[in-house]
Amino acid sequence: MSDTPILDVQGLRKSYGKLEVLKGVDLAVRERELVFIIGPSGSGKSTLLRCCNRLEESNGGAVIFDGTDITAKSTNINAVRQKIGMVFQSFNLYPHMSAEGNVALALRKVLKRPKAEALERARAALDRVGLSDKAENYPNQLSGGQQQRVAIARALALEPKMVLFDEPTSALDPELVGSVLEVMRDLRTAGMTMLVVSHEMRFAREAADRVVFMDEGHIVEEGPPEQVFGDPQMPRTRDFVSRIDH
Amino acid sequence: MEFILQNFFNWDIVTQAWPLLLRGFGMTLILMAAVIPVGCIGGLTVALLGQSRFRAVRWLTIIYVDFFRAFPPLVLLIFIYAGLPFAGIDLPAIVSVCLAFLLNSSAYYGEVFRAGIESVGTGQAEAARSTGLSGFQTTTYVVLPQAIRNVLPDLVSNTLEVAKLTSLASVVALPELLYSADMARSVTFNATPIVMAAVLYLVLLWPLVRLLSRIEHRSMGSR
Ligand SMILES: Nc1ncnc2c1ncn2[C@@H]1O[C@H](COP(=O)(O)OP(=O)(O)O)[C@@H](O)[C@H]1O
Ligand SMILES: [Mg+2]
Repeated sequence: MSDTPILDVQGLRKSYGKLEVLKGVDLAVRERELVFIIGPSGSGKSTLLRCCNRLEESNGGAVIFDGTDITAKSTNINAVRQKIGMVFQSFNLYPHMSAEGNVALALRKVLKRPKAEALERARAALDRVGLSDKAENYPNQLSGGQQQRVAIARALALEPKMVLFDEPTSALDPELVGSVLEVMRDLRTAGMTMLVVSHEMRFAREAADRVVFMDEGHIVEEGPPEQVFGDPQMPRTRDFVSRIDH
Repeated sequence: MEFILQNFFNWDIVTQAWPLLLRGFGMTLILMAAVIPVGCIGGLTVALLGQSRFRAVRWLTIIYVDFFRAFPPLVLLIFIYAGLPFAGIDLPAIVSVCLAFLLNSSAYYGEVFRAGIESVGTGQAEAARSTGLSGFQTTTYVVLPQAIRNVLPDLVSNTLEVAKLTSLASVVALPELLYSADMARSVTFNATPIVMAAVLYLVLLWPLVRLLSRIEHRSMGSR
């Protein structure tokens, strides 16, 4: 683990009209780290993640990724996004493309790989998430867990330096959650840097290097999972953890 | 009976008028081949401008669409062909027709495409952008294919309307099917050429009507 963070969020602010959603967030993620973000609904977790690849424009502060301030107007955001994968709660697979088509699109259009090579890399990425036999299936022919794994393969195919996960298992039936967590566990073992918003406490305890608790646009507390879950320092964290942990 | 055959289904008139009508039919085909793509591309442009992040651009497209949907196409065509010369702008009949159709049908197609684009969830574009695709690539490869599929029945239906509307060109003496038929009628003092024109329109457009009811049926089934 190197010391300079690959992602460095500094005093990040974001408002929707009068509603201030991020009130000065500082968060550093080092290479190969898995950082978990927990917090009540509406506390700004998704917004924070979406500011990290500029799906949302922030109103103050900076997001430094791999040495570049991605909030700067002059930054070529499309180039940065190749290096930051994102996985969404609702999968957002392209329904008009097969699994391999979903994965290959950015390889072809962003990296400009020839079709054959893009498909080959797409199948390799699908293999990584255990879906090499579903390459030609369309999203509506796949279970939720399989769709989310295709979405992970789509993010991985570009060989990103980091992947953002926004509640990747929240939309899944309980029996399908395990297959997605298993893929994330493999990714962690392979050394992928991950920033994960999720309430899968068991997974966090076992896999996270650090857990960050957010509330009302602030980071209230952060620390190793044993501490945040087992011995939270702040009352608000204690309150939240006692309500969700089981 | 005799009277009806004589005036509406007269075989002698059919053979006489046939060459003229065939030429008119050819011109109608050319018109449709020009006017439908022009309207589609114009409509797509209008719909995309309607998604602009600049509020002024979005407003202008709303005004444009409202204006030309309220403007009767026949009035528009006569204004362009017979009104604009008073401003020194003298356009040939075919150009006037194309311009009138561009303005009129791009407004209608624009509304259809807009509904299609809005039917695609924002998560689709976000997923595409998050992999580094540009806004243009996202629209081209992710949003529009889904948008078009979602409004295919409306697109075909609108195309059918535009195809029928090409008969308006007869008022600016463009020798398309209706104009030729009406000319044949006035020369022969017989309604048979008009019936012939109707039959030719029917033969041309019936497949489109079939196609429409098939995809309407299919999209109902998939819902
Ligand atoms: N596009 C938006 N426009 C207006 N308000 C928004 C928008 N997105 C999120 N919000 C608001 O910002 C707050 C934080 O949202 P979010 O980051 O999604 O929270 P979380 O992911 O922690 O549940 C919520 O109050 C939400 O209603
Ligand atoms: Mg959220």
